[in-house]
Amino acid sequence: MSALRIFVPGDAAAVACGADDIATAIASSAAKRKIAVEVVRNGSRGMHWLEPMIEVATAKGRIAYGPVEITDVESVLDAMIAGGGDHKLRIGVPEEHPFLKKQTRLTFARCGIVDPRSLDDYKTNDGYKGLAKALANPGRIVEEVTQSGLRGRGGAGFPTGIKWKTVADTKANRKYVVCNADEGDSGTFADRMIMEGDPFVLIEGMTIAAIAVGATKGYVYIRSEYPHAAATMDAAIAAARRGGLLGKRVADSPFAFDMEVRVGAGAYVCGEETSLLDSLEGKRGLVRAKPPLPAHKGLFGLPTIINNVLSFASVPIIMERGGAFYRDFGMGKSRGTMPIQLAGNIKYGGLFETPFGVSLGELVDDIGGGTRSGRPVRAVQVGGPLGAYFPRALFDTPFDYEAFAAREGLIGHGGIVVFDDSVDMAKQARFAMEFCAVESCGKCTPCRIGSTRGMEVIDRIIRDDNRAANLALLEDLCHTLKFGSLCALGGFTPYPVMSALNHFPEDFGATPRLQAAE
Amino acid sequence: MPNYEPRSAERTAQIIREHQGLEGPLLPILHALQEEFGYIDEAAEPLIAHALNITRAEVHGVITFYHDFRRAPAGRHVLKLCRAESCQAVGADQLAAQTEARLGITLGNTTPDGRITVEPVYCLGLCSVSPSAMIDGKVVARLDTEKLDNLLAEVDR
Repeated sequence: MSALRIFVPGDAAAVACGADDIATAIASSAAKRKIAVEVVRNGSRGMHWLEPMIEVATAKGRIAYGPVEITDVESVLDAMIAGGGDHKLRIGVPEEHPFLKKQTRLTFARCGIVDPRSLDDYKTNDGYKGLAKALANPGRIVEEVTQSGLRGRGGAGFPTGIKWKTVADTKANRKYVVCNADEGDSGTFADRMIMEGDPFVLIEGMTIAAIAVGATKGYVYIRSEYPHAAATMDAAIAAARRGGLLGKRVADSPFAFDMEVRVGAGAYVCGEETSLLDSLEGKRGLVRAKPPLPAHKGLFGLPTIINNVLSFASVPIIMERGGAFYRDFGMGKSRGTMPIQLAGNIKYGGLFETPFGVSLGELVDDIGGGTRSGRPVRAVQVGGPLGAYFPRALFDTPFDYEAFAAREGLIGHGGIVVFDDSVDMAKQARFAMEFCAVESCGKCTPCRIGSTRGMEVIDRIIRDDNRAANLALLEDLCHTLKFGSLCALGGFTPYPVMSALNHFPEDFGATPRLQAAE
Repeated sequence: MPNYEPRSAERTAQIIREHQGLEGPLLPILHALQEEFGYIDEAAEPLIAHALNITRAEVHGVITFYHDFRRAPAGRHVLKLCRAESCQAVGADQLAAQTEARLGITLGNTTPDGRITVEPVYCLGLCSVSPSAMIDGKVVARLDTEKLDNLLAEVDR
């Protein structure tokens, strides 16, 4: 009899909920029972309220159980040995779970299913089909990506195809492909999940990018808060190299490309692309003025494609199925799918990949199930620490770059942080300024000094010290930050501040002027 | 609990040499030094500057720019408490206050006996299972008062 295959996620969210101990307990219990068990450390399916969610392979497909505590291991193992039998924690076939069934998984198609460190597993699950298509006609890559309508998933939403074309058209002896895996926004973890659950899709996407523009070297810049992701990426890169998919001849083609992981050092601003490039070069992570664009003068002054993890990870399926296939999902100018991350005070937190166009209310109330605390949802912050706070009144906003911009917000990297009615929005606004002050790189004045002045002004408003004048001052200061800062850190900090002030004026004391304006 | 090597000039020079050939070697060198010794001693700055042909001021600037790099050894244990929005939404502020009260230090400091350093961290990417923390490199989530108490009790021993 072949060994029983049991899947225990190695994803950091599952590990933080005890998955490592569960894996060890299963192995030792199996040894005691004298049964052959193979424990696979897969990625997470993204149903994080059920983590650790463990699965067993049966003749009828995989059967899941969760959330499994260490005291449940023996009884769950009994049920698993019985062929996926009954148990109070039995979830059933994961794909049949409504949370997964409602999704359209293009970028996350394999996450949670495959063994992230197995190149063979990746290949047997449609991996490297995109690269094969790319190699068959390298001249078409940029066109296909352009046609897909893919926009930068890091937050800026710049058309990926145009960026790639600029690099392809720039002549140089050496070019780079850099992956921005400095996922610092609170409420986001999709990059981490891909790197821990399906790292080869990122490697394949970066390889296709390199072939498209004639780059030979790639870097994945991973934040130091993600040690699990860095370890999995390292292992996958080594496996791809052994398998002939990185190196002097990628997949026996004339193209050379290799890549390595670099670890950040705890600076939020290094998620800004030019600051990241300076950091990779070994400097302080200072933001560069643009132009020149990184596409012309990027890493070490050479033409560089720099994209987010999710952008690269979406490329293999675009190449495999064609740009038109991907473009047919979504709404308006937001094409394809977005891996949305449900976080904070939420009942069903996790990763939900869906075509653009789903409403904020659907995401928070229907899919996310409202708050974990059971209290009413009061505010949600969309797009990380630089994203706006939305009240329930705006829950009809569709998830779309332009729709959020029209309401003075942003979708950013797709994180949604839910707050219940115990939140103090004045405190949140102050925190936004405080965060900007702590993380500012210091290069431009509005961000470096404006953020500290912003904290002081908000403190005065909260103290009811000359309120009307200070409210006007705050608005003016936010205007300066928004239009005078060099990058999005200073430029977008006004979003959380002003949205808190405009939508929740009662938390700042009586503010008749702003209430009237609403 | 991590075990660090005592600082030595030879070992420092060796680590610098091992990484010198990389493109943009400074961050890898600093990470490697901190991993080996637990912090980056000021005495390493001129050695790095000389090897990379940059000024000592540049090296110093980089070390002090990034939150991760330590210029003095940390406590025997390091607790990083997430203080970002997602964790704030489920009580991270109270957990921070609880930690400070129990240890008698504010975030960003080490207990006088050198037992534990507590630092804020702005997001561990575990936002669907907030609040979260990292203790000696190990991630923990769904923290509450009791779980945090247990964590602190463990490092008490």
